[in-house]
Amino acid sequence: MAICSPNRLSGTLKTWARTGNPWVWLTAGAVSLSLVMVFGILFLIASNGLRHFRAAAVAQITFAEGAGAPLLGEIVDRESVTAVRAREAGGRVPADATMVERFLIKRGNRDIGGEDFRWINAPDIQTLDYPADAYTVERLEWGNLYGRIKALHEGGTSVPLVELQPRLARVVALRADIDHLERVAIGGTNYALDALHRREKAQRKAGATPAALASLAAEEKALAARYAGFTAELEAKNVAISRDRLRLETIEGETREVPLAKVVRAYAPNQMSLRQQVAHYGASLWEFLSAQPREANTEGGVFPAIFGTVLMVVMMSILVTPLGVITAVYLHEYAKPGAVTSAIRIAVNNLAGVPSVVYGVFGFGFFVYLVGGSVDRAFFADALPSPTFGTPGLLWSSLTLSLLTVPVVIVATEEGLSRIPRAIREGSLALGATKAETLWRMVLPMATPAMITGLILAVARAAGEVAPLMLVGVVKLAPTLPLDGNFPFLHLDRKFMHLGFHIYDVGFQSPNVEAARPLVYSTALLLVLLIMSLNLAAIRLRNRLREKYHAAE
Amino acid sequence: MQQNSPQQTPAQPSLVPPGETPPPEGRDPPPHRVTLAAREVQPARECFGIEHLSLFYRDKQALFDVSMSIPEKQVTAFIGPSGCGKSTLLRCCNRLNELIDGVRTEGAINLRGENIYTRGTDISNLRRRVGMVFQKPNPFPKSIYENVAYGLRIQGIKNRRLIDRTVEEALRGAALWDEVRDRLHENALGLSGGQQQRLVIARAIAIEPEVLLLDEPASALDPISTLKIEELIFELKASYTIVIVTHNMQQAARVSDYTAFMYMGNLVEFGATNEVFTTPKKKQTEDYITGRYG
Repeated sequence: MAICSPNRLSGTLKTWARTGNPWVWLTAGAVSLSLVMVFGILFLIASNGLRHFRAAAVAQITFAEGAGAPLLGEIVDRESVTAVRAREAGGRVPADATMVERFLIKRGNRDIGGEDFRWINAPDIQTLDYPADAYTVERLEWGNLYGRIKALHEGGTSVPLVELQPRLARVVALRADIDHLERVAIGGTNYALDALHRREKAQRKAGATPAALASLAAEEKALAARYAGFTAELEAKNVAISRDRLRLETIEGETREVPLAKVVRAYAPNQMSLRQQVAHYGASLWEFLSAQPREANTEGGVFPAIFGTVLMVVMMSILVTPLGVITAVYLHEYAKPGAVTSAIRIAVNNLAGVPSVVYGVFGFGFFVYLVGGSVDRAFFADALPSPTFGTPGLLWSSLTLSLLTVPVVIVATEEGLSRIPRAIREGSLALGATKAETLWRMVLPMATPAMITGLILAVARAAGEVAPLMLVGVVKLAPTLPLDGNFPFLHLDRKFMHLGFHIYDVGFQSPNVEAARPLVYSTALLLVLLIMSLNLAAIRLRNRLREKYHAAE
Repeated sequence: MQQNSPQQTPAQPSLVPPGETPPPEGRDPPPHRVTLAAREVQPARECFGIEHLSLFYRDKQALFDVSMSIPEKQVTAFIGPSGCGKSTLLRCCNRLNELIDGVRTEGAINLRGENIYTRGTDISNLRRRVGMVFQKPNPFPKSIYENVAYGLRIQGIKNRRLIDRTVEEALRGAALWDEVRDRLHENALGLSGGQQQRLVIARAIAIEPEVLLLDEPASALDPISTLKIEELIFELKASYTIVIVTHNMQQAARVSDYTAFMYMGNLVEFGATNEVFTTPKKKQTEDYITGRYG
């Protein structure tokens, strides 16, 4: 007899199916697949993004005869390509090779060579070493400079090289001072002057008394004096900061003189100790999180984008929660169940499926032009023709996104309301509470975990949304934050930066894609972490409330 | 409570459900006709006078022309098989049926002579006067203290000492104080089923109602908790008019002074409990009590 007759096999299969094990395997498989995908993408983003902050070693490469001048730079990437492709790219490839390894070198010195990145084929390389005296100089403009330091001098006199780091620290401190002067002191004075001019214009229109105008003029004079004081201070600092200069020699044989004022950091990565490496990593990570972007967003930090994203999401939450909850309460508690109510409910659910860019177009047409334009005509007529609210800004972005996410909040809240046991409502009503009192004291508090669930979903969706924002308020580079020290502190009319848009902008609109790529990964990682922490905060809040009302779910 | 007592003997038509012959004289009359001569009971004042009450769930009629007079400070039990309308009738007494869509009532229920089904009745006030305890314990997901204080807070009472005192009195009244005095601020959902039900009773009596409606208060409880609830009903009788719906005929016999037997939305028989149970006048009642159906 055969060991495994078809009948017996199908019998075994049937028994196996009856145990429920296939079902377990199927479900567990689905879970593992999701986990692999989630962690895969996180790992991809994190490994690429976190590499950006290390002090990369600087390699010096010399070539065989006729293959080019020597190079100094960072090895950014390596790959194997077919010989055909390598030949097409214009390198020397041995005739018998099928695969060629090649390196992507970041050679920097954009102001000298022109090309920042260059692929070189491994067979071309004659020597590759990491000279200890190679320096990386991160500049405010033109990107990195790789070379050897020849001298540091103050005015005309030479200064010993050990002075480099302390003097750089002085420059950094001065730069922070200047930045503060420009943005807070002078910016604030300018803001006050603008406000004063608007007031003056308005008073003239209304037929002001000479006394009032005189007092305005006096105020303006005082502001102008303050302004002059600040500019003088700025002038002095600018002189102070441009005292020192650094002279380097590049591998191309050119000598470059860089004012220290234009240097962010200068270091010799090949001779850094582990401690210095760690310190460097921390410093560049901190710069990324806290600084303004430079060089068309491809360098520097993303602080304004973090700030804009968080502020926009918070504003959106503040707007969407009451709107969604009130709608859900009406639909669930007061509206008579019937055709109209179901139609509204279906419409709300379908609203969640409208492409987000459509919301952007709607927000642009309705909020920006119609509402914003009317607001301008009604309240900011003095500033016209330059628009105040009749232009994309933070308020319109938050409103557009709250429209986008309101269905989620409505659905979640309704779900929560319908989960509250009838017995609890009846118990409250039987004690003489009216329907409204029952709603306020019993039903709504018990439904808060559900509302927060809705909010979590709304935040997750809104924080990652980019398309509608491009139309209603996000810009590539915002000169000022929407929150600052000038009255009224929160400037809802200002445009802002956003991490999601930053990713798009840096990744696809930047003139120097290779240089920007690590920054795209870092920004993406940051956005993911940001959404995750916003969600975690909301989830913790929900769990605490759930504990409080643990009968409700 | 006593200000309103002109209806000691209601009008004749409301005494007996229409279509039924009045009980023969000589035997103990039903409670709404109690006279000093016939029984050595105090004259029971009427608390609820139910007059020709019919109730419809959309097209389906659930109560058919029910009339009876529920005496004050006595325990009246509604018995009958499932779906006979006894809970519906009970929930008519505080107008809780109105929460259900498509419910329509005809007839009247007089609470101390005033029809609670007239327009302009303050339903909140009615429900304050007529407390209710449900079949399944439904404590709010709040602390024990807040559960009992809820009714007071609804009334806008803010005086802490007054609330403290009332909570304690209510919990003592519901025979729960000794068990929970040390954990008043713990969640009420941590109590056992029987404790929860007594808490719900405490919650109801904290606002000092005139009537307590108990809708099968012990059906979800174990025998010992049931016994406690029954003892409690016996004590509460001194201060409140109690109407209790029960499946359990022994329970009705034990706790009630008057019993109403309902069947298919009709009030079949209503009388003093010992009579209904020993000498029922209707065959249906007898069949039900002896366990022949239901």
